[in-house]
Amino acid sequence: MSTQTSTVALKCAGLVKRFADVTAVNGLDLEVFKGECFGLLGPNGAGKTTTVEILEGLTPWDEGTVEILGQRWSKGDDRTLRERIGVQLQETQLPEKVTVVEALRLFRSFYQRGHNVDEVIHTVALEEKRNARVGKLSGGQKQRLAVACALVSDPELLFLDEPTTGLDPQARLSLWDIVEKFRAGGGTILLTTHYMEEAARLCDRVAIMDHGKVIALGTPAELIESLGADQIVEFSVTKQLANEALENLPAVTHLHKRDGDYSLTVSEIGVALPALLAEIEQQQSEIVTLTTHQATLEDVFVSLTGRMLRDA
Amino acid sequence: MPEAKESHPLVELTLTRIREFLREKEAVFWVFVFPVLMTFALGIAFRNTAPDKTLVAIEAGDVKATETASLLSRSPEIAATVLSPDEASRALRSGKVSIVVKPVDNSFEYRFDPTRPESRAARLLVDDVLQRGKGRADVVSVGEAKITEPGARYVDFLVPGLIGMNMMGSGLWGLGFTVVIARSRKILKRFAATPMRRSHYLLSFMLSRLVFLVLEVAAVIIFATLAFGFTVRGSWLSVALMTILGGFTFSGIGLLVAARPTTIEGVSGLMNFIMLPMWLLSGTFFSSERFPQILQPFIQALPLTALNNVLRSLMNEGATLSSNWIPIAILLIWCVVSFVVALKIFKWQ
Repeated sequence: MSTQTSTVALKCAGLVKRFADVTAVNGLDLEVFKGECFGLLGPNGAGKTTTVEILEGLTPWDEGTVEILGQRWSKGDDRTLRERIGVQLQETQLPEKVTVVEALRLFRSFYQRGHNVDEVIHTVALEEKRNARVGKLSGGQKQRLAVACALVSDPELLFLDEPTTGLDPQARLSLWDIVEKFRAGGGTILLTTHYMEEAARLCDRVAIMDHGKVIALGTPAELIESLGADQIVEFSVTKQLANEALENLPAVTHLHKRDGDYSLTVSEIGVALPALLAEIEQQQSEIVTLTTHQATLEDVFVSLTGRMLRDA
Repeated sequence: MPEAKESHPLVELTLTRIREFLREKEAVFWVFVFPVLMTFALGIAFRNTAPDKTLVAIEAGDVKATETASLLSRSPEIAATVLSPDEASRALRSGKVSIVVKPVDNSFEYRFDPTRPESRAARLLVDDVLQRGKGRADVVSVGEAKITEPGARYVDFLVPGLIGMNMMGSGLWGLGFTVVIARSRKILKRFAATPMRRSHYLLSFMLSRLVFLVLEVAAVIIFATLAFGFTVRGSWLSVALMTILGGFTFSGIGLLVAARPTTIEGVSGLMNFIMLPMWLLSGTFFSSERFPQILQPFIQALPLTALNNVLRSLMNEGATLSSNWIPIAILLIWCVVSFVVALKIFKWQ
């Protein structure tokens, strides 16, 4: 075993997946290291789920190589590989009529080794719902049970596909806790999300995906830094402004204009803001709205694609 | 701490099946209560008490009508009524009477439908009574021995057929729906992401079916025994073995039907397509021998025909399994082929 395979948990290169009418994954390269939480961030339809399901060995792919924990799919030992991974699929609905503990016992029975069922119930804080039927659980509880079913085998690598989509903030926080605990125990995680704050909070490294490709890769801090600035100024005005004048303002690194709304990426807000106000006045326009915020992964996505994450 | 395996996946999967079923109250009704109700209703409708009287209408006209009526009522097997010509025709058409007798001069005219067996019988009986009434004497005196044997009544014919039909229905519906719902809810895909053996998943359906089958078949047999004095003449062991084989066969066919569809509508259509010919042709309510000779090879090859034939021969005739080896072989082939093909073409997502 080379030193590389001992530190790399998951690797894919030149991955391509075509469906009848669309190329969902278009030459994707990924490398996830052991012990890290890696995020695939992208809008709906970016190819995140297709990618994850290929990596999980559920979907055949057209081109490229996939290596999971030093093993490859369809080499005759898929079952030993499945013993080592934990999977939470987007939108799986477990049987409604069985109870939490029954569902976990069922999943536990599929694996040679793993956790005690009650231990996992404790990890996901479902003790009170131990004997409740799946159909009676709230959305957040169902999702915690889905993650518990993935954790019950004590996996080395955990796949989470949009684990918090549609959950309220509190349910999301308690799910984040579970992920962080798993990570703290030395587990590796591949997580997809279209919530930038989720990626920023949980992930050591993030790959931003769009149209089946990785368009940016790095730690959340690195990605934000790559904007060459750390503040975003968003404003709208009564009268259209000349783009060139805005781009040439001091400390402005990037201009993004969408309908009547402007968004400036700036390195020093104290320099850029007075200059902007002066420019607006000089062009005889007036401010309707103006906000500033710290740059986020969302801004990275906007600057790369010209679109917002949520409505892309 | 990680620990070793707790229980066998096949046990857990089968338990899950059983729990899901028992917690679905409607399913319990259709599988256990409905067949008993059906046996009851059909058993009552076709029960053989004292042989039914032959119903005869006499066309009203002159005094001869009442004379004819009194002549006919000498026979205990005939119930005769005098009706107006219109009413008599209507009663004949709607099957309320089997024959209409019209007195003509010193003779009679019979009106009946020769394609109806009970009408032909009525004609013979009515003619015999009238001729004797008019003075014909028997040439030879004959003796009669009347036999009403359990095992030869309609209800005896019906019970094995109902058991067979019920096994088909619960096998196909029970499996088909559960599998397709699991597929549409992506539970199958989730299972496919675990090291679970796929054959275990499919086998768990067969095993859980077996548990219910025993109860299902027992419910019908016990009810028929108490209510109608039904008796199983063959060995109970043979009946049990056939129940298991029948249950496995229809579970296999159920899996095959559910191997691909992703919607309930899709699987329902397919199941009706498969079951309808068997409801009609496989001899549940009347013998499949009644269908034309040219259809017989097809009919005999249907799994429900084979199962019904074996069950009848075991229950009604007290036959042995070995004398039924042909239909048993047909069932075995259906069972193995459908399970193997289902496993092969089964879609997990």
